[in-house]
Amino acid sequence: MKTNAFAYVRAETVAEALRLHAEAGDDARYLAGGQSLMAALNFRLDEPSTLIDITRITTLRGIAMDGDMIRIGALTRHADVADDPVIAAELPLIHAAIGHVAHPAIRNRGTFGGSVALADPAAELPACVLALGGVMEIAHPGGTRHVAADDFFRGTYETALAPGELLTAVHIPRPAPGSQVGFAELARRLGDYAMAGLCLMIAPDRSDARVVFFSISDRPVRARAAEATLIAGATAAEVAARATDGIEVYGDLNAGTATKRHYASVLLRRELARLDQKKDHAA
Amino acid sequence: MTGTVTISLRLNGEAVTATLPARMPLVDFLRETMGLTGAHVGCAHGVCGACTVRVDGAAVRGCLMLAAQADGSVVDTIEGLTESGAIADLQDAFHRHNAVQCGYCAPGMLITAADLLDREAVPDRVPDRAEIRDHISGNYCRCTGYQAIVDAIAEVATTRADARATKQGDTA
Repeated sequence: MKTNAFAYVRAETVAEALRLHAEAGDDARYLAGGQSLMAALNFRLDEPSTLIDITRITTLRGIAMDGDMIRIGALTRHADVADDPVIAAELPLIHAAIGHVAHPAIRNRGTFGGSVALADPAAELPACVLALGGVMEIAHPGGTRHVAADDFFRGTYETALAPGELLTAVHIPRPAPGSQVGFAELARRLGDYAMAGLCLMIAPDRSDARVVFFSISDRPVRARAAEATLIAGATAAEVAARATDGIEVYGDLNAGTATKRHYASVLLRRELARLDQKKDHAA
Repeated sequence: MTGTVTISLRLNGEAVTATLPARMPLVDFLRETMGLTGAHVGCAHGVCGACTVRVDGAAVRGCLMLAAQADGSVVDTIEGLTESGAIADLQDAFHRHNAVQCGYCAPGMLITAADLLDREAVPDRVPDRAEIRDHISGNYCRCTGYQAIVDAIAEVATTRADARATKQGDTA
């Protein structure tokens, strides 16, 4: 199928993008990498009046250390995240996840901010941002506001973004030295949507932990029961047994709810066991 | 604000200017406006990889990018890469290994394979079969079962690495 007919405009600055959106109204859409939006338009799942191409706003591209925070510009492409030395050194969770985000040709166009703003419940990057306690930087006509990941993801393709607001960057706190991270997903083909996925972030000495599953619910979800069990010092098997306690699990074409619960538990047990083994080798 | 756009780009080495509907995907522009039918439309949502072309040197999905977004870009299709001889060794290996049956996936598969081999273009680096399979995971082939495709890419990876090592040895 083909998209509906729409107007196409380019914004060179964030201010211009916001103004163009205000002029075009709520049926306008920002076009970033387009790797999900174009697919949705080709299927007529969405029929916007106007596409506002923001890909030429150069200030929204790039990754930088800012004190103890890492700023990932919204328009940074997945391929650039994969090759970035700051990400490799400081955010190994994202470094591990990025190779699972779609396929190489899609990573060459798709953007970090686009994936976060779309909030596909099966996507890796929103789950990473939630596990790392990231903060979204959002531009609106009145200025800039910040929303923590815990408050940002609201449901399937639903976020705290109001119509016309633009996600401009994601700020991620630099993990404390000695933190452990884990990433794992089950997919039928590398790069396909996961049937279940896991992001793990464990502070030194298990003083804090974030266990986030994706592709099992309507958004990336924190496994609060598993986190508490982990911090309490339980074994991998004990933590994994509580993997989906209190989480509303949704099935899809690939797997029903019981299967997803099972996958989530297996992923968590495997990753914790791997981290334990790694620690034993290091000791 | 308008439903048509005028774009200028470098297509297979030649300057092209065209006015087209804003909603036209890059692959439709290439096939229908420019008559370059090497890139195919399989799924139109980025899953099959048949429409893969090069934009500014990077492999991209022709179905998930508007032609309007290619304004100012360098676009290379399988036709241009064939004419320049840039992937002649890959095409020859695909032919010899019988890595093409119906041919629908071949242009996209070749561009994706070339992308991997260019990326690994350092003397001591030869992608193994698992890496090759990972890299072409976004390109469906419904005929060959992939074995012959991986054979062909692996062979070219080795011959190119050998050629680089020889060249390096000559200059050392």
